[in-house]
Amino acid sequence: MRYAAQRLAQAVPVFFATTFLIYAMVFALPGDPILALAGDKPVPEQVLAVMRARYHLDEPLLVQYGHYMLGVFRGDLGETFTGQPVSELLQDRWAVTAQLALTAWIFELVVGIGLGVLAGLRRGGAADTAVLAGTTFVIAVPVFVVGYTAQIVLGLNLGLFPTAGTDEGWPGSYLLPGMVLGSFGLAYVARLTRTSLVENLRADYVRTATAKGLSRRRVVGLHALRNSLIPVVTYLGVDFGNLMAGAVVTEGIFNLPGIGQQVFQSIQLQEGPVVVGVVTLLVMIFILANLAVDLLYGVLDPRIRRARA
Amino acid sequence: MLARDAWGELRGRVVFWFSAAVLLVALAMAAFPGLFARLGPNEACNLRMSKHGPADGALFGYDLQGCDYWSQVVHGTRASIVVGVAVTVFALLISILLGLVGGYYGGLVDALISRLTDVFFGIPFVLGATVVLVAFPDHGIWAMTLVLVLLGWTTMTRLMRGQVIAVKDMDFVAAARMLGASDRRLMFRHILPNAIAPVIVVAMLNVGNVIAGEATLDYLGVGLQYPEVSWGLQLNIAQTFFADHPHLLVFPALFLTATVLSFLLLGDVVRDALDPRLR
Repeated sequence: MRYAAQRLAQAVPVFFATTFLIYAMVFALPGDPILALAGDKPVPEQVLAVMRARYHLDEPLLVQYGHYMLGVFRGDLGETFTGQPVSELLQDRWAVTAQLALTAWIFELVVGIGLGVLAGLRRGGAADTAVLAGTTFVIAVPVFVVGYTAQIVLGLNLGLFPTAGTDEGWPGSYLLPGMVLGSFGLAYVARLTRTSLVENLRADYVRTATAKGLSRRRVVGLHALRNSLIPVVTYLGVDFGNLMAGAVVTEGIFNLPGIGQQVFQSIQLQEGPVVVGVVTLLVMIFILANLAVDLLYGVLDPRIRRARA
Repeated sequence: MLARDAWGELRGRVVFWFSAAVLLVALAMAAFPGLFARLGPNEACNLRMSKHGPADGALFGYDLQGCDYWSQVVHGTRASIVVGVAVTVFALLISILLGLVGGYYGGLVDALISRLTDVFFGIPFVLGATVVLVAFPDHGIWAMTLVLVLLGWTTMTRLMRGQVIAVKDMDFVAAARMLGASDRRLMFRHILPNAIAPVIVVAMLNVGNVIAGEATLDYLGVGLQYPEVSWGLQLNIAQTFFADHPHLLVFPALFLTATVLSFLLLGDVVRDALDPRLR
């Protein structure tokens, strides 16, 4: 418990520092939003002053950030320069990205660990070689190339999946984009599982377990695999945040109306509030996922649990 | 000697020679594109040939502007190689310095460095880079490098710090300290050489990842801009037309993949060679 509290105490300043950095970066974008609102028309000084005061634009950056964070904790992400609440704008989009990221994540978890175990158990065999070669290749091909190729070949030519949009809902519309988004992580998970399992299978405790007469299934499944999964769990935890944030490209290819597309448009339109809102929430997810992983360690590995107590 | 053992191991690996050969060609293309390309970048383009496929005299066909695609793809090598290598070298220097100082001295300095690493580690790569790059629209290749360094130094720093902590309590360090070696000498002469091997491996893998990242930013339209020539930009243009003109996508993707793959494979075999446990 003390460990959990300590980790939380570390995470809080990191959260504020990261979000402030993003905030400062976004609002350092050139251009005056109030002037931009008026278009080509000249704006009277008084109106400018009133508008600046209303959006706290006349105060120092740190105070502006303070106002903003207070709002975030009350569930208010501010409004766009045209007066639409950011949370309303993002509401439906979060669901799309979350479904996409979750599909990719499950794909990584199941197929990645499965392939890793398959390769690790028969080190040097045909399956191992195939998995190693395949995963290296997948890591090397940029995700947008994987995406377009999959869309054309599996979606358009073979007709196995819908090519774009969210008409079929979950899982139909999300399967192919999820696989594309998760392909990179899948390759990493498979390789990590393999390496880790290979190392653990040579450990003394595995030999002991085998010598005790336990079945191969029990030795691998209960003893070796549980230990081997520690680095994999770390990666999977960190990667969920990456998947949410990295969905921009995949959403673009498959025309999924998620936060990635929204935030990308907003950056180009210099809609600061939307960008900051999304990135702040992403950083929160990222830090929470890391925290969850840290706490999970104790469950997976009694050595870590004891060392902390 | 570890280095000699590693070289002996490397020499026998086909993968090593394969990736080294690919990288040598890529480096040559980046340094002397004139040796490979018939034409200069964006030179002698003919709009009437726009998007025409491979034909006699144009091995890779023509791009949207009707330029010889082979020449264009060859000239695209430089951006990827320069960014990939420069970002990794700078990030490596930062991580060596911060990792050594944090890991060696510990305490408040270490806590500060670690939290700073956490802060930058938490910024999503694509979104963070996009925000900065849009704020400075006239960026060239060096501004891209700066942004990628800023977002990319954390992983190696964490690794370096961990390595330093593992090495600094070893007997040979204690022995050197008793002989009166200064902190700086301990750090650079004794700890660094024994701590750096895994970091070098990650750096090699990192070159591949940076190249892919740079291409992604170009592809999204926030990275390098025309008239610069890069694989990412070519893929950006290809996305609109590739269903009917697949050669626009295939050739730059092929070059990009081969380069990234070679850096990854090289990192992998060097890791195997340096780590006898995996043999």
